[in-house]
Amino acid sequence: MKGTWRRDVILLSRRRDRIMVGVLTGSAVLAVGVLVIIVGYVLWQGLPVLTPTFLLEAPEKMGRAGGIFPTIVGTVVLTAGAVLVAAPLGVATAIYLAEYAHQGRTVALIRFGTESLAGIPSIIFGVFGFLFFVIYLDMGWSILSGALTLAGMILPTIIRTAEEAMLAVPREYREVSYSLGGSRWQTITRVVLPNALPGILTGIMLGVGRSVGETAAVIFTAGASLRVPHSLFDPVRTMSVHFYLLAREGISMRNAYGTAAVLVLSVLAVNFVAYYLMHRHLARLRGAGR
Amino acid sequence: MVNGKVVVSQLNLAYRGRPALRDITLVFPEKAITAIIGPSGCGKSTLLRTINRMNDLIPGVEIRGQVLLDGEDVYGGTILLEELRRRVGMVFQRPNPFPLSVFDNVAYGPRVHGIRDRTLLADIVERCLRAVGLWDNLRDRLRRPALELPLGQQQQLCLARVLAVEPEVILLDEPCSALDPISTLRIEQLMQELKERYTIIIVTHNMQQAARASDLTAFILDGELVEWAPTEILFTSPRDPRTEAYITGRRLPVPH
Repeated sequence: MKGTWRRDVILLSRRRDRIMVGVLTGSAVLAVGVLVIIVGYVLWQGLPVLTPTFLLEAPEKMGRAGGIFPTIVGTVVLTAGAVLVAAPLGVATAIYLAEYAHQGRTVALIRFGTESLAGIPSIIFGVFGFLFFVIYLDMGWSILSGALTLAGMILPTIIRTAEEAMLAVPREYREVSYSLGGSRWQTITRVVLPNALPGILTGIMLGVGRSVGETAAVIFTAGASLRVPHSLFDPVRTMSVHFYLLAREGISMRNAYGTAAVLVLSVLAVNFVAYYLMHRHLARLRGAGR
Repeated sequence: MVNGKVVVSQLNLAYRGRPALRDITLVFPEKAITAIIGPSGCGKSTLLRTINRMNDLIPGVEIRGQVLLDGEDVYGGTILLEELRRRVGMVFQRPNPFPLSVFDNVAYGPRVHGIRDRTLLADIVERCLRAVGLWDNLRDRLRRPALELPLGQQQQLCLARVLAVEPEVILLDEPCSALDPISTLRIEQLMQELKERYTIIIVTHNMQQAARASDLTAFILDGELVEWAPTEILFTSPRDPRTEAYITGRRLPVPH
């Protein structure tokens, strides 16, 4: 037996190991590199444009001059509206699917449905939102139509990620809660949700990102008005739509990049703040005192 | 055969049509430690879990027969499930504190049962940590994550968490199988202390543990109760050849 164990096989395996480390590291560097280049380029082009006036004043001449204040307002209200509708609904649905529904064929079908829905191009949601909210329900191009359409668009992602996060909470935590006399709802609110929070938040943040970045569905449902809205029934233009129109119509590449820089920075900021708050909350929850 | 804190009577349990427990009748006397022994998969954990109805959580489980707690059928519908589980506490095989602080782990049960008062909760936490011998060690670290504790202390904490809801019966499901010998002895000592006030039922596959730590022992094989006797008697002069074979470590007779 002794002679059959070959040293060169081990050496070959080791070389393969080294090669794979190189390939994998290379992939990671490439992926992050592309991201850094895109974001870096946008900021490099856009940051010089950013001044208090640019942020706080209304556009003039269709955006050729002036600032982007109304589009910042538009982005914030539309995204906030979409998340306020989709997050509670999505998390509630996920709770139902993960904790209450009988895990049979129906649930599998719903799961498959939400997964498919998450992959549908946003323009389809836009056209649906236009036909249903804007025309049929006569909401017109408005914050309401836009927010509801975006909510429908991000809902599947929120449901799927929240459900996965809840299913990943160890069964033994639930058992302990029940064994101490906890009810189902107590077990969900005190054990399942706190432990699923990071996953749930990730789904919501993906939704925020998609809402902020959406153009097609927004143009169809919220319009492209450059005025600051005064009610939920007013149309708005988001930064993404503004960027798209400025670039597409050749109005001002300079201001387009300025808008893009604000977009990128605000998405980063929202993510950062959300995860910071979550970690602080979890640290407090899990015990971090003396 | 009718007095006893917990009385199991002609209990049959099937899982998806496959019988797991057959016609088990067994009395667990008050303020004594009963050990349930038997090979892996014989149904001893399943039997334990019928007492606090944890088997209810598994779909496809069918139960016939009676489990009486103080004479009241736990499957009879008069007893509230949450109340039953408060009165019959359980410690699991692997130490499983919640990813919360030491304090919040012990306070979990009382809070679930509606106790909000901070000073009362603090009293409960102190009393229960004292009862399991963790107080001196942890009194300054109540806000630290429970998962930072060594495994043995985690299991003691789980015991404290059960005591916090003032149970009458404590079920221990192989509580030492993940612990080192010193922690194991610690838990066994605790069982002796706790038996003054509680009825204790322990499932174990460790026969020395059963012999050391219990007053009565029940031997289960293939879902059937083979023998049930005071521990000394069962280990020194078993009546059934299958019991003798099992406790002496010989091969079991081929099942019929």
